[in-house]
Amino acid sequence: MIRLFKVKEKQRELAGNANGGVPTKKQTAGELRLHKDISELNLPKSCVMSFPNGKDDLMNFEVSIRPDDGYYLGGTFMFSFQVSPIYPHEAPKVKCKTKLYHPNIDLEGNVCLNILREDWKPVLNINTIIYGLYHLFTEPNSEDPLNHDAAAVLRDNPKMFEANVRRAMAGGYVGQTFFQRCL
Amino acid sequence: MADAEAQPSQSRDLDKLLLRPGHLVGANFEPGQDLRDDLAQYAKVLVVGAGGLGCELLKDLALSGFKNLEVIDMDRIEVTNLNRQFLFRLEDVGKPKAEVAAKRVMERVSGVSIKPHYCRIEDKEIDFYSDFNIIVLGLDSIEARSYINSVACSFLEYDSDDNPREETFKPMVDGGTEGFKGHARVIVPGVTPCFECTIWLFPPQVKFPLCTLAETPRTAAHCIEYAHLIKWDEVHSGKSFDPDDPKHMKWVYDEAVKRAELFGIPGVTYSLTQGVVKNIIPAIASTNAIISAACALETLKITSGCSKTLSNYLTYNGVEGLHTKVTEFVRDKDCLVCGPGVLIELETSVTLQKFIDLLEEHPKLLLSKASVTHQGNNLYMQAPPVLEEMTRSNLSLPLFELMGKTAKSALHVTGTTTKNDKKTSVLRKLRVVFKGVDGVTDMDTAGGA
Repeated sequence: MIRLFKVKEKQRELAGNANGGVPTKKQTAGELRLHKDISELNLPKSCVMSFPNGKDDLMNFEVSIRPDDGYYLGGTFMFSFQVSPIYPHEAPKVKCKTKLYHPNIDLEGNVCLNILREDWKPVLNINTIIYGLYHLFTEPNSEDPLNHDAAAVLRDNPKMFEANVRRAMAGGYVGQTFFQRCL
Repeated sequence: MADAEAQPSQSRDLDKLLLRPGHLVGANFEPGQDLRDDLAQYAKVLVVGAGGLGCELLKDLALSGFKNLEVIDMDRIEVTNLNRQFLFRLEDVGKPKAEVAAKRVMERVSGVSIKPHYCRIEDKEIDFYSDFNIIVLGLDSIEARSYINSVACSFLEYDSDDNPREETFKPMVDGGTEGFKGHARVIVPGVTPCFECTIWLFPPQVKFPLCTLAETPRTAAHCIEYAHLIKWDEVHSGKSFDPDDPKHMKWVYDEAVKRAELFGIPGVTYSLTQGVVKNIIPAIASTNAIISAACALETLKITSGCSKTLSNYLTYNGVEGLHTKVTEFVRDKDCLVCGPGVLIELETSVTLQKFIDLLEEHPKLLLSKASVTHQGNNLYMQAPPVLEEMTRSNLSLPLFELMGKTAKSALHVTGTTTKNDKKTSVLRKLRVVFKGVDGVTDMDTAGGA
């Protein structure tokens, strides 16, 4: 190997850097996998993506979901996605940007979705996450609550839950908390 | 004995390896004084990280005859480092690790020059890394390894027969430790698997369900993560948690204690809090010493050829007794980072649209509905609609221009292809060469001594 080094030194002194193929910007394998996931997205009309940092930053984007079924029909809910450079080894960080009344989403925007944490596998992708989020609206469940009050109401008094959701989406108070209109 | 000269005795052991022939030597091994002197004069080695592994590596490499070393580390010395990062003393706490480590080793080993870099690896230009013959890694995260791996693999070039060109090799020796376990591996891009080729070896990280943290904690770790991930935002909404700020850490600890008391869970301590929040596993000196010794030895072997190289992954486990094993992993031919990709030659006039059409017909690809990305620039995206609109205007532009007018470059495409009558989506690496551009020499005659 040393001979190789000496030769390389001499070559370099003579030729300068003849290659021109050494890239100046690094693109991680995670970004490439994300590029693949995004370019083959097959989203329903109720889910719209936007890229606040332009077309070249795929690691940070937003998805707005408008459920066309269930308790949350008519509302629009915004989620932010932050993808790490070692994707898909690590799940994207997803937070809900819209304050809402939901048993599985707390008031800070944390989302309790199994595939975002303990059940994440590298074989999953952005499409599966978005479908998972959509599912939270069509089938909220009181089993894994982040918002205990909402979960309790859903379990014990579904009619009141429905009313609370409508009031929150229209803009108003549920208990002590005020919700902005998101219809 | 007392009158022996200082100079020869310093390299007495090294001489036994470098000045004599042997049976287990590498392919191009040429024993002699020249080899030993060339090692000192020409070999440039970069040590990434000046922590547990880095300190040991600098010592080992300096004493192994390497005289031109550089070390890069973005951290400052902390008290908890002192049990194993032996180059540091109590009065060094707060100083940059790279600078103190370099200084200490230079004081003890005569003739060695170590240049410290107190910065992040991402802050250096790619040119910086091209200067070194070997890069030795003493890192502590997947992310950092992935980055350096992509840098080293970016120097790799292939000839027109898809064979890697030896003069573009940038070997890496990667070490890692965790408590009583560790690994050392040799990565020669183009020959051995690179870091990405074997990234599937890593098990998924332990992540607790948020609802367990919120509703039904059972362990001390659950209480700590509740305070860290949920309670923090509730109380300090907006302010981001800084794991290196002792006040923040104390706050999390106090909240975790309250929660543990509420649920009757024992075991929350301040040091466990730090461990869970920062993902720390206690480190011991012996594992670090063993792994860095293996790495330093490989570096010596690769540079000098004095013995056959580790091929290619050593694992060490000292939890019960002592166990080591070497496994020979193979490369992923389709690796996006170190693979050759498919060679495509184009005229400079070809537009992006024409290129995408060509991919459908190319015998090795048969790729339809392609999306194209080049070094972080998304040239064309088939979906989602918002990105398709943003990139549609690129379709009529020459690909040569969109790729920054370089003669040779790597490109990645995703799309669908039909395999065994089934449609699958794929992500492929392409080696694009533009014909007739200055600097494109006949690839088979480049290099050679």
